[in-house]
Amino acid sequence: MAASPLRVSGGTRRFGARGQQFTVFEGLDLEVEAGEVFVLLGPSGCGKSTLLRVIAGLDELDEGTVAIAAEEHGRDVGIVFQQPLLLPWLSVRENVTLGLNYDANRSADEPGLVDRTLAEFGLTELADAYPDELSGGQAQRVSLARTVVTRPRVILLDEPFGALDPLTRRNLQQWLLGIQQSLGLTVVMVTHDVEEALLLGNRVALMSPSPGRICRTWELSSESREARPMADLREEVLQTYAEVARLAPGNTSGFAAGL
Amino acid sequence: MIGRPPAQDDRRDARGRSATGVLTAVGYPLLGAALLVVLWWLAIKLFVEPGSFLSAFAPDRGARALVDLVGDGTLNRHVIASLKRILVGLGIAAVIGIPFGLALGGLPVFSKTIGPVASFVRMVSPLSWTPLAIIWFGVGDQPVYFLIAIGAVWPIALSTSAGVAALDPQWLMLGRSLRASRVELLRTIVWPGIRADVLTGLRLALTTAWIILVPAEMLGVDSGLGYFILDSRDRFAYSDLVAAIVVIGALGFLLDRAAHYLLTPRRRTARRPARQRVTGPAEVALAEPGAREYRI
Repeated sequence: MAASPLRVSGGTRRFGARGQQFTVFEGLDLEVEAGEVFVLLGPSGCGKSTLLRVIAGLDELDEGTVAIAAEEHGRDVGIVFQQPLLLPWLSVRENVTLGLNYDANRSADEPGLVDRTLAEFGLTELADAYPDELSGGQAQRVSLARTVVTRPRVILLDEPFGALDPLTRRNLQQWLLGIQQSLGLTVVMVTHDVEEALLLGNRVALMSPSPGRICRTWELSSESREARPMADLREEVLQTYAEVARLAPGNTSGFAAGL
Repeated sequence: MIGRPPAQDDRRDARGRSATGVLTAVGYPLLGAALLVVLWWLAIKLFVEPGSFLSAFAPDRGARALVDLVGDGTLNRHVIASLKRILVGLGIAAVIGIPFGLALGGLPVFSKTIGPVASFVRMVSPLSWTPLAIIWFGVGDQPVYFLIAIGAVWPIALSTSAGVAALDPQWLMLGRSLRASRVELLRTIVWPGIRADVLTGLRLALTTAWIILVPAEMLGVDSGLGYFILDSRDRFAYSDLVAAIVVIGALGFLLDRAAHYLLTPRRRTARRPARQRVTGPAEVALAEPGAREYRI
């Protein structure tokens, strides 16, 4: 079996100047298998988004390593943010093509790739539309297509449905599940939504705050889903989540930290 | 004949093109112009003795001179010379001002170091440089280019810098996450993102350049509208002088309108999306982005 596409070992990240340092997470280990959806669940402020940014190469670890197995074509990781961040002066097609125009991703491009991706993401008819003509759900689909088209080995999702209304959110979750399976994508997703984590994750890792570490992991393979009732599992995850959330700095109002 | 209404890019005017709309767009400005001419004529009539040299400043004398000057081609030569200087001067200002503004808006150290110096230089009236310009560049077009450029560079640089500073940092993060190089970021995200600001700067710069042009042409050149004003004075051709002033005002007005029309982007450019920050479960947005404004 091939090496796992993503491994973080002993990851530690601190913010702030010496003396008043704040440890976001410490000694963190995780390993993601090819083709799975790995969900990082945790209350705001536990450092899960920072961890994702580190894996995406937008931030760096103070200690520890991130190892990503490189894909032959395309790049190693791609990230989708909570906001679609579509460039308003580009059409849907141009937004999706954005990354392919950069030298670093050019090897991922091939004839027909963009058309195929637009079709896979149900965007063919919107190809010439501009972002201000899209609904929130459509915009987030474009954002996801823009990342997937560069064929990253691992796709990082930073609360991708967090800004959507509940109905769109539910539809997109189902849709993501479908596209993840049909394209065989490896996904690391960050969320604070227990329902979302249980719906999408093959494995769900709960992160506790200050300093952040993974305190518990649930396997949600199809066998284990059958072996125990979902309601039972949900109750257990929720309970653990509640215990962990109490540890958050100034827990009741502590969401503002937003780390 | 009522002329075509001036090019409208302002959506408020374009919305209702009713009879009252045309009246507002064309009728009122014409009324204002007519009022000015009447006041001008009255002032000459009331305060100037008939036959004195000041009576050459009357509107009818000016109009006649204007027709003659356009007819024999004298004015055309000066207008073309002036327009060429404006274009070259603006071009130089843009070539220097846009990169300067990029650095000012994008590099904090640069803006802290050079910003105050730039404010100092900006406050020196461009015409203060005239003697230096002539010593440096000699007589001819070059000192005029220099004076226009040194005045027009600021609106361009400051608008560009403001555009860069207001650029959504998340767009840059997005670009980096897609592994764009610095040059690629500049080309695909920064430049399109600030284009509207740069165009605004160019428009402001054009107005500034036009105001600098006339006095700048009063030294060391033998063509252009500024030169023509002094030349008319020396020839005691005061009605020619009036005609030149009218042409300067009218051309400036038309240039500003044209720039407004040409340099206001019609297609979507960067108007950054309403920024919203969702920091925790308590604040999960309940609306799609289109409805964002109505929340809270």
